[in-house]
Amino acid sequence: MNDNLAIEARGLTKRFADLLAVDSLNLDVPKGRIYGFLGPNGSGKSTSIRMLCGLLTPSSGNAIVLGTKIPGDTSELKPQIGYMTQRFSLFGDLSVLENLQFMAQIYSFPKAQRAPRIDELLERYKLVEQRKQLAGTMSGGQRQRLALACAVLHRPALLLLDEPTSAVDPQSRRDFWANLFRLADAGTTILVSTHYMDEAERCHRIAILDHGAKVADGTPQQLREQTGMHVIEVQAEEPYAAQKAIAKLPEVASVTQLGIRLRVLIPEAIEDPLARVAAALAADKVSAEPVLSTPSLEDVFVAATLPGRDKAA
Amino acid sequence: MISVSRIMAILKKEVRQLRRDRLTFGMIVGIPVGQLLLFGYAINTDVRDLRTAVSDQAASHLSRQYVAEIEQTQISKIVGYVDSADKLEDQLRRGVISIGIYIPADFDRRVLSAERAAVHVLVDGTDPTIFGVASQLRQLPITFDTTRSRTVTSNVEVRTFYNPERRTPVNIVPGLMGVILTMSMILFTAVAIVRERERGNLELLINTPVSSTELMVGKVIPYIVIGLLQLALILLLGNFLFDVPVRGSVPELYAASTLFIGANLALGLLISSAVKTQFQAMQITVFILIPSILLSGFMFPFDGMPPFAQGIGEVLPITHFIRLTRGIMLRDAQLFELWPDVLALAVFTLLAMIAAGLRFNKRLD
Repeated sequence: MNDNLAIEARGLTKRFADLLAVDSLNLDVPKGRIYGFLGPNGSGKSTSIRMLCGLLTPSSGNAIVLGTKIPGDTSELKPQIGYMTQRFSLFGDLSVLENLQFMAQIYSFPKAQRAPRIDELLERYKLVEQRKQLAGTMSGGQRQRLALACAVLHRPALLLLDEPTSAVDPQSRRDFWANLFRLADAGTTILVSTHYMDEAERCHRIAILDHGAKVADGTPQQLREQTGMHVIEVQAEEPYAAQKAIAKLPEVASVTQLGIRLRVLIPEAIEDPLARVAAALAADKVSAEPVLSTPSLEDVFVAATLPGRDKAA
Repeated sequence: MISVSRIMAILKKEVRQLRRDRLTFGMIVGIPVGQLLLFGYAINTDVRDLRTAVSDQAASHLSRQYVAEIEQTQISKIVGYVDSADKLEDQLRRGVISIGIYIPADFDRRVLSAERAAVHVLVDGTDPTIFGVASQLRQLPITFDTTRSRTVTSNVEVRTFYNPERRTPVNIVPGLMGVILTMSMILFTAVAIVRERERGNLELLINTPVSSTELMVGKVIPYIVIGLLQLALILLLGNFLFDVPVRGSVPELYAASTLFIGANLALGLLISSAVKTQFQAMQITVFILIPSILLSGFMFPFDGMPPFAQGIGEVLPITHFIRLTRGIMLRDAQLFELWPDVLALAVFTLLAMIAAGLRFNKRLD
């Protein structure tokens, strides 16, 4: 076990009847970092997180989380983990204050420090005015702040956040990430799953999951450099016609439309990609301007999740 | 390690949520009051094979023939012979028999002289239906032989025990306690846990240091208290409105009720571990409630049911509870005298708890 790792998973696999939800996942999450799980719905993000906190028993493989072996007795691990579920899972018919008090009792937080700690959290997560409000009547952003406050109340070493921002507006998301950076700065390890590219970009390191398998792993910078694809951006008056023309090329791996722009991915092994695209456009008499571009994280994601692609090591 | 403070945390949360859930809060009072007022009359039906014990002091040819004829009516099923009238009363109180037949030593002479009652029939009047049926024994002729037949209608004396006025509420209320507690206890616990799963609360709780035992105990305790409050409400209303007595010991009645509440809560937990939605929990509760009303002896005398229905009845906790409440409230029986039903309830509770615990643990996976 590497002392600098909060999570070390080897061959973690979960099978539900016929469905292979997570396929031999290897994962190294360094301490004090924000690690992102990026992947479409059903790619195994939630299942992986649930296995890592001992909620699900892996079908095979194992992990060491904060020194606790998984599968195994996780009673030592639970007090060290803060968990935020995908759905709001606090008690809608309890007030903000009652929810926080409940969590403090459940985690056996020292009695004398409960009140000051709760006041600190209400202040920090801007819930002072809502303290008496029932959690079920609050907005998405407020609920999310409450959920985070409850998850960090007992000062966990590891925060597991399962799509925490899926139900909140962009401003709330920005504030939320500011809070995550502050927590990571203070030494908390954070594993967060998302399907937002801009959120993935903020992580220290990300893993891309697709159909239960990890297809890419690295810093956002590394991943952008290692797509194995040429990226060509095509600006066209008639993007649909341009897309049809380019799709005729057998070597094109993917064409994605963004407004009047197209992002074309062509494997690195192909030479002269720009000329090929230009030729295809000319053949169909589509007027468009192809230029070589650098991969964005979205391109990385598209390249990594292409059908038929081999799994990354 | 089970932590009392964590159990208290769950308990406090549960009470707070309950206070804000007006519908459930209303049902705590609404179910007992509504049902008590609704159930006015029991449904009477033909009954056969009432458990009967005989104390035949005469032991004559005539008395044996008389007992044989009683058995042939199919009203009675002789389950035992005892040697004194006291023992008949004792068995009646324990609920072992519904009818006791006492034949005095001078039976033959009394039949011939027709001056005094030749036979005493002791009837458990806690169930008016039984009394009605037992009265038919009065019409049974006693014959010496085939040539000289003689009816001794007037010579059979029927005495009702425990409910001489034969009022239906006296029979209904103790049983109704069972029905109300079955309905509310199973439903409340099953729904309380399933709701938590439906709303995602459980996923959060499982990730905290709370153990499943702490969670179950903390959630169940408020409902035990609610059950006991409902019980008090039914007893008070039953007494004020219908003049239903509690002849036995109130603490023993509460002890029996606590055990029964425990059995229902365990069943509720078991249901909650097997279903996914609150709606399914309600369906299963109704599925259990209907036989609880029909096959427990609440509505129809247990003895009158065919064996397979009795078999189902024996499995239901309410059947045993009704025997206990009728015994304690109406017949002044003591809990230890009714031990088979206490044992049955205890075994049921234990098994249901174990099954729920096992399933609940699995559900964490």
